[in-house]
Amino acid sequence: MTRVRVAAVSVLVGVLTMAFASPAFVPHPYEEQYRDHAGEPPSRTFLLGTDDLGRDRLSRLAFATRLSVALACGAAALSVLLGLAAAALSLSILNKPLAVATTISLSLPWMFVFIILRGMLPLNTSAAVSIGLTFAVMGVAGWALPGRVFAASVEQYRASEWVMHARACGMSETRIWTAHLWPHIRSIAWAQFRALVPAYILAEAGLGLLGLGVAEPATSLGNLIAELQHTGSIETSPWVLAPLAVLAIITTSIELLRGRARVLA
Amino acid sequence: MKRVTITVAAIAVAALGALTTCALNGASAAAPAANHQLRFSIPGDPKSFDPLHALESNTELIRYLTGGVLIRVDRATDTAIPELAESWRLTEGGKAILFHLREGLHFSDGSPLTTADVARTLTAALDPKEGSPAGDTFRSAGTQPAIEIRSPRDLLIRYRAVKPALDRLFDQLAIAPKNRSARLPASAGPFFVAEYNPGSTIILRRNPWYWKRDSSGAHLPFFDSIHIDIQSNRDIQLARFERGESDLIGGLNPETFDRLARTRPGTAHDAGASLDSEFLWFNQASSASVPEWKRKWFSSALFRHAISSSIHREDLIRIVYKGHARAAAGPISTANKFWFNPKLKPLAYNAGALNALLATGFTLKGGALRDASGHAVEFSLITNSGNRERERMAALIQSDLNRIGVRVNIVTLDFGSLIERIAKTGAYEACLLGFANVDEDPVEEMNVWLSSGPHHAWSPQEKSPATPWEARIDQLELAQASEASRAQRKKLLDEMQEIVAAQEPIIYLVNPDYLYALSPRIHGARPGISPPQLLWNIEWLR
Repeated sequence: MTRVRVAAVSVLVGVLTMAFASPAFVPHPYEEQYRDHAGEPPSRTFLLGTDDLGRDRLSRLAFATRLSVALACGAAALSVLLGLAAAALSLSILNKPLAVATTISLSLPWMFVFIILRGMLPLNTSAAVSIGLTFAVMGVAGWALPGRVFAASVEQYRASEWVMHARACGMSETRIWTAHLWPHIRSIAWAQFRALVPAYILAEAGLGLLGLGVAEPATSLGNLIAELQHTGSIETSPWVLAPLAVLAIITTSIELLRGRARVLA
Repeated sequence: MKRVTITVAAIAVAALGALTTCALNGASAAAPAANHQLRFSIPGDPKSFDPLHALESNTELIRYLTGGVLIRVDRATDTAIPELAESWRLTEGGKAILFHLREGLHFSDGSPLTTADVARTLTAALDPKEGSPAGDTFRSAGTQPAIEIRSPRDLLIRYRAVKPALDRLFDQLAIAPKNRSARLPASAGPFFVAEYNPGSTIILRRNPWYWKRDSSGAHLPFFDSIHIDIQSNRDIQLARFERGESDLIGGLNPETFDRLARTRPGTAHDAGASLDSEFLWFNQASSASVPEWKRKWFSSALFRHAISSSIHREDLIRIVYKGHARAAAGPISTANKFWFNPKLKPLAYNAGALNALLATGFTLKGGALRDASGHAVEFSLITNSGNRERERMAALIQSDLNRIGVRVNIVTLDFGSLIERIAKTGAYEACLLGFANVDEDPVEEMNVWLSSGPHHAWSPQEKSPATPWEARIDQLELAQASEASRAQRKKLLDEMQEIVAAQEPIIYLVNPDYLYALSPRIHGARPGISPPQLLWNIEWLR
């Protein structure tokens, strides 16, 4: 493991530990409104200050980090797994239907699916269900691009000389998959996963417009970052940029976690 | 609610005083006292320069600045003052109005303006084929007024029945020239549209034929021209104002106000409470897809009171509006000095509000309020996404109600989806919204208060009044609509306000202040409470 990877792992583990363990040491519930302390700068009581409604920014950031990282990772993993399944199925007689489905999926305006989803969900749907469904639909909706990348890679590798050589030597298809194809595909899957996590974190914030995603009093990293556009004076209150810094640290760390450089990774 | 538009965007305005030396060929105009240009921005293109087709705020503003009207309502004092009409008289008990026009009136292209132009304008406005929004206010129960030209300067308009506030209606009717459908038609107001570059700028120039003079005899308006930038981005509008490239911005939000107060001291102004109001209501429509037990809560005045008095309005004002709002006391803003019923007081927070519910079978167990049949008291509250003030108010209300064991699920929706739910499908439980009232006279709000009205928010278009108090409101509204005397109408509307305050079908929260930015170089502004708040006396600005 390179020093860079060690550093990345350390930072990521540190941030996530802080986020997940924060309820034990952050004295303020994330939803509690301290109305006489609205919009305060960092202090000994509120280490990152308070938001416009007097809620502790640090507690909210920790909560948002827990929620966004866990669910975005889950959604990204779902997209990658579905993509891998599609790539595997593309080797069967389902190749052509899958190619058509991928093209359709890539060209669909998915926003309408979310609008329909909002229309179908009762307004009193619990926050947990709404959040879970939002990320689940994002995970399912995001299968096509990784699926196409995987399918193209599998096709390319299967036509390569070294796979043909393995096949000529009598190696079984299963063995070819596990010994030759998977190590290559795995790094592509990892790269796809790394790209999808921050994309899903930010995409969730946009879904708030449709009444989906994370609703008050809960919050997400995407929501906290979206609030920055309403912050009038970042120059005088730079601590409000903390959610952006956390997102940057997480995505950079995930990016630096990658293994040895590979051609397609 | 034709003249009541939902708050989504305010008219934005800003200004810079750039000296120009445009010498206008005023027929008999003396030199203006000052000859410079006013600059500000509006958020979008006007849809038309035809004064009879002003459908939205941008078009209405241009119509206001360019259109000549018979009577102007002074936005600062709420009195009707003569404009193109030198005098007028309400006759036949308020059914008719007799106008006497000023002598020597002209449009900006020099063509004379007579009662024939007034009659033609009103006839066109009333023509259903024209589809003019200006005509809506002049129609009365499907009947059209008779228009009688008595001389080039005298005109009688007669209705079959009493038309409330008949004289004030003419504040909204800009007298149109014959060529009103031209690309840049002439006008009879202080300015005319000289240039229009779609998506970019509108240049208004001083109307050399405008009749009004100041005390020294100088022709008004003082400004030679108005440069209007079309700019939807509020941040860019603000940056231009801060750079001195624009002279005014209207309808600031509290954050921007505070920022300007810091960066440009002396330019940010609070004109006090506006006519606008923010409120929430519960869906009581019989056709709504609301569970029966919830409908029972929502239709209970006791329940609505408990919710209303558990909300800290002072916190909404202090935290959401940074102090730039007033607690609302009812359907008419406290800023509306004539029509507001002074007996009404804003509902104060009442820590014991819950007790009234507990006395009627509700129970509080484990921090959750339940009704007599055991259902947890929980409802969804929809509001429009992107409106920071409303989103914050919703979060505060959610927290306030959580303290009495009521769970509120906030759902922010895009504006289109929200309107579809409240106006078409009825698929919602409670809604937090606001109205931007454009007229002080409540006559235009009849379609909110009549039980058969399409904007009867809590239960639209009832076939017959669902409750005795709604029936009484219907009676009062219809009575005031056929009453000519303002004092008598006020009496009727006072009772209506008292009923609304007692029943709270709409829970009024706050009346936000009108906040604006004005360059210290601009003088003569007398902000009013109805649009265009800052520019209503445009001819006197210098």
